[in-house]
This record gives sequence, structure tokens and C-alpha cells, in this order.
Amino acid sequence: MDYKEIMAPYQDLPGGIIEAFHAIQKEQSYLTEDAIIAAAELFEIPVKDAYGVATFYSYFSVNSRGRNVIRICESAPCHIAGANEVIAALEKELGIKMGESTPDGKFALEFAECVGQCQATPVITINGKPYGDVNAEKIPAILAEYE
Amino acid sequence: MANVIIDGIQVSVPDGSTILKAAQVAGVHIPTLCYHPDQAVKANCRICVCEVEGQRLLQAACSQPVWDGMEIKTHSPRVLEARKTILELILAHHPQDCLNCIRNQNCELQDLANEYAIRDNPFEQMVRGLPQDRSTPSIVRDPDKCILCRRCIEACSVFQSVDALGLENRGCQAMVVPSLGKDLLDSPCVMCGQCIHACPVGAIAENEQIDEFLAAVNDPDKIVVTQIAPAVRAAIGEEVGLKTGAMDMNVFVAGLRQVGFDYVLHTNFTADLTILEEGNELLQRLKEGGKLPMFTSCSPGWINFCETYYPDLLDNLSTCKSPQQMFGALVKTYWAEKMGVDPSKIYSVSIMPCTAKKFEASRPEMNDSGYRDVDLVLTTREVGRLFRMAGIDFSRLAPSNFDSWMGAYTGAAVIFGATGGVMEAALRTVYEVVTGKTLEDVNFTFARGMEGIKEAEIDLDGTVVKVAIGHGLANARKLMEQVRAGESPYHFIEIMACPGGCIGGGGQPITKSNAKRAERIQAIYEEDAGLPLRKSHDNPEVKAIYADFLTEPLGDKSHELLHTHYTPKNKKFL
Repeated sequence: MDYKEIMAPYQDLPGGIIEAFHAIQKEQSYLTEDAIIAAAELFEIPVKDAYGVATFYSYFSVNSRGRNVIRICESAPCHIAGANEVIAALEKELGIKMGESTPDGKFALEFAECVGQCQATPVITINGKPYGDVNAEKIPAILAEYE
Repeated sequence: MANVIIDGIQVSVPDGSTILKAAQVAGVHIPTLCYHPDQAVKANCRICVCEVEGQRLLQAACSQPVWDGMEIKTHSPRVLEARKTILELILAHHPQDCLNCIRNQNCELQDLANEYAIRDNPFEQMVRGLPQDRSTPSIVRDPDKCILCRRCIEACSVFQSVDALGLENRGCQAMVVPSLGKDLLDSPCVMCGQCIHACPVGAIAENEQIDEFLAAVNDPDKIVVTQIAPAVRAAIGEEVGLKTGAMDMNVFVAGLRQVGFDYVLHTNFTADLTILEEGNELLQRLKEGGKLPMFTSCSPGWINFCETYYPDLLDNLSTCKSPQQMFGALVKTYWAEKMGVDPSKIYSVSIMPCTAKKFEASRPEMNDSGYRDVDLVLTTREVGRLFRMAGIDFSRLAPSNFDSWMGAYTGAAVIFGATGGVMEAALRTVYEVVTGKTLEDVNFTFARGMEGIKEAEIDLDGTVVKVAIGHGLANARKLMEQVRAGESPYHFIEIMACPGGCIGGGGQPITKSNAKRAERIQAIYEEDAGLPLRKSHDNPEVKAIYADFLTEPLGDKSHELLHTHYTPKNKKFL
């Protein structure tokens, strides 16, 4: 993967490294060491600072994880609406715990803060796409949308 | 100017001054932790908070500018309570093992816990239990002790432009880590140890090797020989309750005999020898069109930096080993022969102001004597601990002379300890070699002082030599970028990795500000001025080693024992 080519469109934006990291994660879901080193070279900052950005934001991961990142809101409104049941259903369906990825590399399970969809709690997102009013029964159908 | 009232004391300070600066003018003490006098304001620890009349929130004294008419209370009950809570929160994340800590009694956090009478911390202890990083032979990181002040990061990035240390994660997960979260050895770290001086606690320290020394002293088969680097004397007094520079050289020698050294010799001897070798190397390069500018090679942090960041310029480095390694190669060959001792029994210990020297001694190629040239490196701080352990009272110790053959030195060697010293020492010798005249005034004052980059044109009877001096690796980087771009006007460049030169080395007594470095530099030049011999080529033992052993500078024997080569580090990430 040519990291610099993916990141180049963001080179001149203020704080463009953040957009650049999102662009890479769109391709491979997490930031490899080589991607961070390439970003440091492109944005002309020390590697330790590129690494600082990559680890500062919770939407970036420097560890390998599943292609499709499922995030479950753990804020109060979703919690009250039954986020725990959704978590239990996801863990059961995928056979992994929160923070883990499936062995086939298809899914990763993560917590998130509020995603601003409190009209339809509990909420999950997959690769940034929100799903509202989720319950255990809906989970298999939602997951089936993803390769 | 702004008129402010601090704890009822009226002072007038320039506009834009911080509360902390105004308090210093008023003679009022405000505690600090993340604040460092030579660094940017960080304001992340909040220990310096004060109450400002009319303000709802407490203000951080290190960052809050004063205004005309500001009234400040620095120790109201509200302030004291806030500071105590801040300390308790920091301490809840900090291991409670001060007794085992290398910074015990030399720790800013411990001092504050004492000043604020911290007794029963209401917050639960939550220490992360992270492993220590012992990947380098020079520096040990103990991340559990880190209080996230970020002073080390700034020392590494801004003073040194090494960029080995950064932040990882955020909030209560945040940590200071080497680049990419790796071990220090895999990062661009050059082991200069400036992060140690910056650290207010024991999160970064030297790799302490006192036990290895004591084991050698205990071994009846070992002849324990030491060399003392030029910068050590100026600072060692600080470790034993004396003023900077107040330790007498010969009393220091007596102290070293007390702690078990069989022979006390001097790195100053090989510093003088370096001048003969390096001075002639420069003249040879000038005459024969060799690679210029030539860079000095005494500072192992600088060598690491050059091998890491400027591998394309390694041919510009002088091939001279550092004085420590010249000494190491000679003590087990020349000195052993002179003394009639078996070199395999010699245990060669160097006392250095430097953490990178520990790494340098461990370089695989440093065995030209047929043995490990330097067996152990102790920093000034470790020797200070040995002295305190032995309970030595320096006021009652009779002075003692250095032992022979590698113990004599001149003022030119003494000044190696300060930025510009190698340059000045080299010029004292090169001038006389080139012109054949006696140099009447040996003081090249342009080379002295804390200015980041110093330069001059020296007229050697018609031959003009352009020279530059840089200390602190951020300054080295500026000079190197010029060289890389083909725009360097210089013939000879002295680089010392540490700000102020070796007197500010990573192994010196903890230095909380550059002002202390300037004091030590003062002590170095006073010592030089008081010596009868001040030119390296006048050193009688240097004359003897050329007559009896080396024959001539840059000769075969010199090349075998005193010169070296450099290797690109090929670090993957910088």
C-alpha cells in the first residue's frame, strides 16, 4: 500500500495528518508503523509526534484490528436504553470480547463515547455508519451487511 | 511596568511577567514541578496555583501574566488545600518506594510531599506496574515514576533535536514513551542523558553500576585503575556538599584512593594526546585536501547523533577516539608495559560526566588493547554516591598526587570539559605547530561561554582557518545542515552533545538550570588559568609516550590504538 499517495491530498491542510490517518484507516482499519513513519515524512514532523497523534485519538488504532470496526456507545442514554444487552449479543454473535477482533479479521469491537444519535438509543456504529434502536434480535441482520 | 501586590509585598515588574517571575522579584517562593527555567511554560502540573483577587478560579503562577494592580495570595488556606490535593493525586499514581529510588533526597516531588506535610493520602494507590526500560547500557527508564511533566520531552526535542521521547495516548492513559512506543535502544536516543537532568523525579536515570565497581575492588586479582574526565572535578563537589568547583583535584584523588582505586590516572592525559593526534589530523586534511570541515569526535552522544541523523557525513568526523577510549587502549598496553603489570589483570574504570560514555565503552570495536579497553564507566553522580557511602570527609583528607605515565596534564586538557574547550586547546597547539612561534596569549576567548554557536577566523601566519563550535545537539543540527547543503564555510567544527559541554553532561550532578552549567564553566577556566602548563604538546608524559611508544602523531601505533571508524545506525524511524 502506498501510504504517501493515500495521504498526499491532505498534505497542505492544517492538521491534515488527522484526515490522512482516517484515509489510511479506511483502507486497512488501523495504522501500521510504516504508515506512521510515512506520515512523519510527508508532514515533516518527528515520528514520535506522528505516533503521538495516532495514539491520542480513540478512533485511530496502532494495533491490528478487524476490517469492520463496531463501536458501541457507552454514554448514559445508551446505557439506560440497554447497551449492555447489545454488547452481550455482539460478544455472543462474534465470539469475542469488547476490545478484541474476530480471528478471521472481519470485525473489531470497541466502546465509543456519544455519537450524537440519542433520539434512537442504544446506538452502534460500524465503520462510522450509525444504527439506531439496536437490540439483540437485530444484530445478526446488521452484521450480515458486512463482508 | 505593572505594580502588583504579592502576599502584601508591593513589586513593580515588566508588563507580561508571569506571577512566578513577579514572586521571584518579591522574594516569595512558589512551588513548581513542570516548570523549568530554561524551557517553555507547560502549566500541566498546577502545583504553582495562586489566588488572584477578583478571579473565581485559582491561577497557575508559571503561565498567568500579571496586570497592573493585581493582588495575589500565594499561600492562602484555599491555595494550600488545592496544592495538597494536587500532590495527593500525583502521589496516588506514583510508587511509594522513595527509599529504593535513585533520586531519594534529590527529588522535586519528594521535596514537595515533605513541604506540604503529605501524610495519609485519601486517594487510592493506582500504580500501573509498567516494566523498566533497560535496553541501553546508559539510561534506565522507570515509567511508573513518571509524573507527565514533559520536561524530558522538551529537553530531548528542543535542546537536543533528537526527538526520541514523545507522548502516547491521552488523559489518564497518557505516557511518555520513546518514539513509536519502542524501547529506548530502538528509538533515535543518543544516550546524552539530558532527559535525566530535566526529570524532576526518578523516572529517567543513569544505569547505575556501583555494585560492579565494588565487586572489582573486592577481587584480589584485579588491579583497579581509574581515569577522571576533565569535567568531573568542576562538579563532583556538588555531590559531597561543596560548592561548584570547590573540590581540590588532589583531594579528589585522595578520595578515590579511599574508595578502593589502586591507581588514579587522568583522562586529561589522553585529552592532551587527542590534541596532538586531532590537531595533526586537521593539518593533514588541510594540506592533503581531506574531508572538511573536520568534526571533533570526543563526545559519544554527538557520535551517536551523527551516526543516526547524518550518516552521510561520517567521513567528516575526526578518526580520533575519544579521550576515554584512547586511555582505555593505552592503559592495557603502554601503561601495563611501563608498570610491568599483566594487562589481563587491569580493571579499567572511567569516571565520566556522561551517560553516553557507558555505551561508548561497550562498542564492540573498542578492544584494540586485546581486552575490553574500558571495563566500567561510572558517572560523576555514581562516584558521589560512593563517596557518601564511604563517609569521606573531604575537609580532612590529605591531598594525593596522580600516579605516573598517564596522570600528567595541562590546562588545555582541563578545558575539554567546557564547550569550546577542545577548539581552544587545539588552536593552542596547532598555532605553534604551523607557525613555529610561541603562542604568547593562550586564551582564545571567542571559544568560551554558553552562546549556542560560536565561530571565528584564526590567522595562523597567513593560513586562515575558519572554525565553529556548537553545543547541544540542536545547535549541532544547524551546523550539520549547512555542511550537508554544501554551504559550510568552516574547516573545523567542535561539537559537544550536551548544553555547556561535558560540564553539563548527562552523568553530572542533577542540573536544574543552565545557570549551574555556567558556574561549572567558570570553575574550568579558573583551573586552566592556574596551571603552569597550558598547551597539550608541553605535557611531559605526552612527550614521553611519543618518545617511548607511539613515535609520532598519526603513526602506525596511533592508528592501531588511538583511531577508530564510525558506522551508520540505520535507524528505521527518526
